[in-house]
Order: sequence, then structure tokens, then C-alpha cells
Amino acid sequence: MARMKFICDAERCIECNGCVTACKAEHDVPWGVNRRRVVTLNDGVPGERSISVACMHCSDAPCMAVCPVNCFYKTDEGVVLHDKDVCIGCGYCSYACPFGAPQFPSAGTFGVRGKMDKCTFCAGGPEANGSEAEFEKYGRNRLAEGKLPICAEMCSTKALLGGDGDVVADIFRNRVLQRGKGAEVWGWGTAYGSKQAGQPPQPGAKS
Amino acid sequence: MMGFHRWAGLGASAILLSALSGCGEPPQTLGAAKKDAAAFTGTSVAANHAGTWKSGDKTAWEQQLKNRTQNGQNEYTRAP
Repeated sequence: MARMKFICDAERCIECNGCVTACKAEHDVPWGVNRRRVVTLNDGVPGERSISVACMHCSDAPCMAVCPVNCFYKTDEGVVLHDKDVCIGCGYCSYACPFGAPQFPSAGTFGVRGKMDKCTFCAGGPEANGSEAEFEKYGRNRLAEGKLPICAEMCSTKALLGGDGDVVADIFRNRVLQRGKGAEVWGWGTAYGSKQAGQPPQPGAKS
Repeated sequence: MMGFHRWAGLGASAILLSALSGCGEPPQTLGAAKKDAAAFTGTSVAANHAGTWKSGDKTAWEQQLKNRTQNGQNEYTRAP
């Protein structure tokens, strides 16, 4: 299995926020926390582009590197997850993340920061797969149900692709060839290395 | 009178010691994140599983995800 990746096709995103809504509904995400959001670049200027942004589950995740309590771990599929029972809500990961993915719900008293919350690639967390405890802390574990992230599956224009990196890169490459433009993928190099999405994989190269 | 002071001192010391014992720090050993079960092992609710793969069959689970990606996200395979 290659590793799981997201691709957001800026040529297709229409800023409908369907991905944001689907994510919040699927995982019962609390007020003030958006695991995914849509960002518009050059808003109002002709040629503006929108992109759906969340945790990209980086190959060399900076959040994992800076966490002082080592609450992050990576699954065999390359999904970056964290243990909320270990997280102390310090916020270092938020400063390190180039995508602004880590979110901190208010813990109540005096606006104290709670445990970090972020996109799980719909893969839950370190509780038992599909358990109530897992849903309460991390949301639904769709990967363990043989499904893909709800944001990508619900995307009306299929701008957001999520799944096996090789498969989604093939889909995107074919799309670019068909339309003849828009090969740039925002955030791909930052998250997964300098290799551009849509290029054929090099033999023996790591994802 | 001296006996009273001695007992009072001992009593005060005992109270202080018991109060101080409450100030002991909890263990601060750094615990690693819990071990997570692999996704291909599935969930306890089989009715929620998509496709025909069986829990624990990694190859079938991977194929299920690839098929789902192609069928759900690649419109060129659905409407060439």
C-alpha cells in the first residue's frame, strides 16, 4: 500500500464548502473547530482560486518533530494521527504546521486551550476502531470501514481527491492531460516533497 | 509544662509531615502514544463496512480503497 494523500485541484474548487460541512457533520466537530476549511487566493481578482486545506499528513511532518510530549504517530498508510490523552495543548504543532491544521477547542474556564484537534484522514485515533471512545475524541474511522475521507467523497466537483497517493496522482494526471492546463497542486511539495503531483513515479522512489 | 511543649512540637511536626506528603509531585515519566490497531482490521460493526472485504484481509482492504477511489473520484472511468 502506498501512502494516503490529499490533492486539491484549484481549477475545480468552487468554494462551496461542502468538504467543510461534510467533515463537521461526519465527526461531530465542536463549535470553533474546523478540521478543514476553504481558502481563496487573490479573492475578488480575476483568476482567483480556491483550495480546500486541512492536515496534509506530511511525509516528514513538522508537528511530529516539535511535539514535546511525543503524542503524534504515523500509521502504515502514512496518516499522521495523535493521542489526545498525551497531548497537553501547548500549541507547538500549530506554529510548526505550514497548513495551519492543528485546532484548539476552548476548554471552558478562562478560555483555556484544550487538546489539539485536527483532520485524521477519517482514520480515527488510538482507541479501538469504531468504538464510542474513538468517535468522541477523534471522530469516525472510515478507513477501517473500507471508505475514504468524507470530504473527498462528498466533493461535488471532485476538486478534492483523497486516497492512495499513487491512485489520486494518476487521476489528477489524467485530468490535467485531458484539459491541458492546471498541473500545479498547492501544498503538494510542502507536504510530500518536491516531486510535483501528476508526474509518473520514479522507480524505487519513496512516496 | 515541658512535656506539653514536647508533645505539642511532636504533634505539629507530624501534621507538617503529613501535609508535606500531599505536596509530592506526581510521576512525570513521558508516556508514548497508545498503539493503534491497523485500519484493515476493521471495526466491530461489520454492517458499516463498505464492499466485500473481510476484516483482517489487508490485500482485500487495499483493493477496496483503490476501487472506491476509482469509482468515486475518477469521473473519467465512469464516463469516458
